[in-house]
Amino acid sequence: MVQPMRELIGRLREIVGDGWCYTAEHQLRTYESDGLLQYAVRPGVAVLPGTAEEVQACVRACAAAVVPWVARGSGSGLSGGALPIAEGVLIVTSRMKRVLEVDLANQRVCVEPGVTNTAVSSAVAPDFFYPPDPSSQIVCSIGGNVAENSGGAHCFKYGFTTNYVCGLEVVLPDGELVTLGGEELDPPGYDLLGAFVGSEGTLGIATKVWLRVLPAPETVKTLVAFFDSTHAAGEAVSEIVQSGVVPGAIEMMDRVAIEASEQMAHAGYPVGRGAALLVELDGAERECEARFEEVVAICERCGSDDVRVARDETERQLFWKTRKAAFPAMGRISPNYFVQDGVIPRTRLPEVLEAIEALAQEYGMIVANVFHAGDGNLHPLVCFDGRNEGEAERAEELSGRILDACLDAGGSITGEHGVGVDKKKHMPKMFDEPDLDAFQRLRCAWDPAGLANPGKVMPTPRLCGEVPGVYRQHPLEAAGLAERF
Amino acid sequence: MLREAEGPVRPRGGGTKPWGPADDATVLETGGLDRILEHNVGDFTAVLEAGVPLATAQAAFAEHGQMLAIDPALHDAATLGGVMATSDSGPLRHRYGGMRDLVVGATVALSDGTLAKSGGKVIKNVAGYDLAKLLIGSFGTLGLIVRAAVRLHPLPPRTASAVGASDDPERLGAAAIALASHPLEADCLDLDWRDGAGRLLVRFGSAAAADQAAATVARMREVALEDLATVEDDDELWMAQRVHQRGACVLKVSGRPTDLPAVCRAGDAVVGRPALGLYWLSLPAEAAAVAAAREALSPRACTLLDAPPELRAEAWAAPDPGAHAVMARIKERFDPARRFRPGTFVGGI
Repeated sequence: MVQPMRELIGRLREIVGDGWCYTAEHQLRTYESDGLLQYAVRPGVAVLPGTAEEVQACVRACAAAVVPWVARGSGSGLSGGALPIAEGVLIVTSRMKRVLEVDLANQRVCVEPGVTNTAVSSAVAPDFFYPPDPSSQIVCSIGGNVAENSGGAHCFKYGFTTNYVCGLEVVLPDGELVTLGGEELDPPGYDLLGAFVGSEGTLGIATKVWLRVLPAPETVKTLVAFFDSTHAAGEAVSEIVQSGVVPGAIEMMDRVAIEASEQMAHAGYPVGRGAALLVELDGAERECEARFEEVVAICERCGSDDVRVARDETERQLFWKTRKAAFPAMGRISPNYFVQDGVIPRTRLPEVLEAIEALAQEYGMIVANVFHAGDGNLHPLVCFDGRNEGEAERAEELSGRILDACLDAGGSITGEHGVGVDKKKHMPKMFDEPDLDAFQRLRCAWDPAGLANPGKVMPTPRLCGEVPGVYRQHPLEAAGLAERF
Repeated sequence: MLREAEGPVRPRGGGTKPWGPADDATVLETGGLDRILEHNVGDFTAVLEAGVPLATAQAAFAEHGQMLAIDPALHDAATLGGVMATSDSGPLRHRYGGMRDLVVGATVALSDGTLAKSGGKVIKNVAGYDLAKLLIGSFGTLGLIVRAAVRLHPLPPRTASAVGASDDPERLGAAAIALASHPLEADCLDLDWRDGAGRLLVRFGSAAAADQAAATVARMREVALEDLATVEDDDELWMAQRVHQRGACVLKVSGRPTDLPAVCRAGDAVVGRPALGLYWLSLPAEAAAVAAAREALSPRACTLLDAPPELRAEAWAAPDPGAHAVMARIKERFDPARRFRPGTFVGGI
């Protein structure tokens, strides 16, 4: 280990205490991957600060030592956004899990970044709830949600994390502690919250988060309708949306996904059907009842002969369990799989699904499809067996070509998982050089030294020129890790 | 044009919102950027050039039973770019959010003539930084918004409103909080306060709107509002709210729902979105009146919108010093030549 790193670790130990500064291999192994297990890097050191002041002191120490750092919440991200740097520091927020204030009159809650997504809703239940609900909500942290602008099954109606964050306390990469917004909307000046939420840990580290919460819906009604094909189910989705109904969630699973999930959840789903559509309406009781009839009629008109309405909360939970089982259930039919996260305009669904099917056949691989159908966010699961030589590479190639198909349809390379390390090579397919340059301008305004989560989001590492600038060699440049741009 | 010309510039759309400090910069008109490039009906999205008048866009969307869910104070000339740059909004913000929540992608011309895009044209997308949000509410100080992709919503088949009155600010405030705490799924929830008399207005837009309004009137009775009414032909009611948001001297308050009584006491006329904590106060066009209102509502941030030029020099509230430093660095990176309205934004940016 190089001398500056050894000195930095000593300093970090002083800040967080011996018990919260990990350098031993067995301790660091826990942190070498986030939710995307195909990438693993052991950090130089992992620290678990307990307060905003300790986070600030850690970041200051990194800035002084010119050592890059990566922030990590619960480590459930799916794009490698919290992948550590070997010669860097990993700052883990999981000890900071206090709910600081609940102000229901003003529909606000203030939490530390390590608080889980579910804990926010619990803190304001039963009369209020926090709408963004990523599938990992039981474990994923609000700090991570802020970094990734997390969505979830209900974001078609309710929006994403960025629509609910009204204030942040942030430690900037130079160690300054700043407050952006607060309990009120529309703070004066540029929308720094809008820039920060979804910036994947590259602009700073949030130490306090103010969130808006909403009154909990009066009633929730859920159904599952089975169709012969994803095409027919897709038609139903389009008709539902066209009719002006705004469902809380519309989720689709194809044949392979239904089969796999049924094996795990035992919901009595008919194996062999082409598609299952889960539709959930929530809101005012009367409106909900009337709209639900409409949705049932649309499903039947579009060819569903099997519409099951959840009779009670237990059955509703079973429907959701089956949907959420889709990812883990894949493990039963395939030793390994990649999850893709492409987005398409919803009306292009039939042709993109056909393209995915054609690609699967071309590669001789199974691709299961699970998706948030309302907003066109696809999660194709590319199944492969990593024990067979070259199969992982071929699966990755197939996965990339699925993204190309999404982009050809006018979509995006990521709907909710983020770019991280996993998608950065695809960024130039979506953005041209001037666009990437504008992104870099934003990043440099927050992190001119390039120490916050370098190597993520941007396709090639870039450094910031000074404004106005005199050239000085950057440590990453000296180490051959980045080139000046 | 940016590459050829020199000196400071000021982007201008319809010229309906002369907000912020006045300047003598060269005006950069967006009137030529007036095409609706895409209206993807089935996807509920559209791509528009910045100079498209909002009214024109809304008329085109309405032909297909859709709308861009933003309804700032009425000005037929107001353009998409202008509404974005000023982050203007109206009663629909209660349910649909503001421009920041409706724009899914934007293209900006920077001071060196670079055209940069961010986002996309799908409603869900986390690829790259969300530069559109940075541009929205930047008052033309970072670059010229040339194009934007927006999310659309269905036009409500029917509307109906519930109205309840009180002259007591405390009672109005408590009623607003009670109403906002119910999952009403209302499109709008507004406060109208003028000359010592106030009322709350709740609008629904759905097939069952009349029923929802009637049920809300019952709730209003429970929280002791008076002169209760259900209004089915409610366009005029809401038109008035939008009109009252503008005036000779209007101070916008970034507050909380619980600030409602204090805001009513600070201004002769107030339009508010109490569930969001946002209020627009009409004041006498005098420096002393503006200062007094700011003092009364401190520490809430108050931004002066409509006002005589001599008052607009002090338009902005001071941001958090740390946040201001980041803003200044953003300005420096995006507009190093300081060509876009230099010195006119928050804290002299």
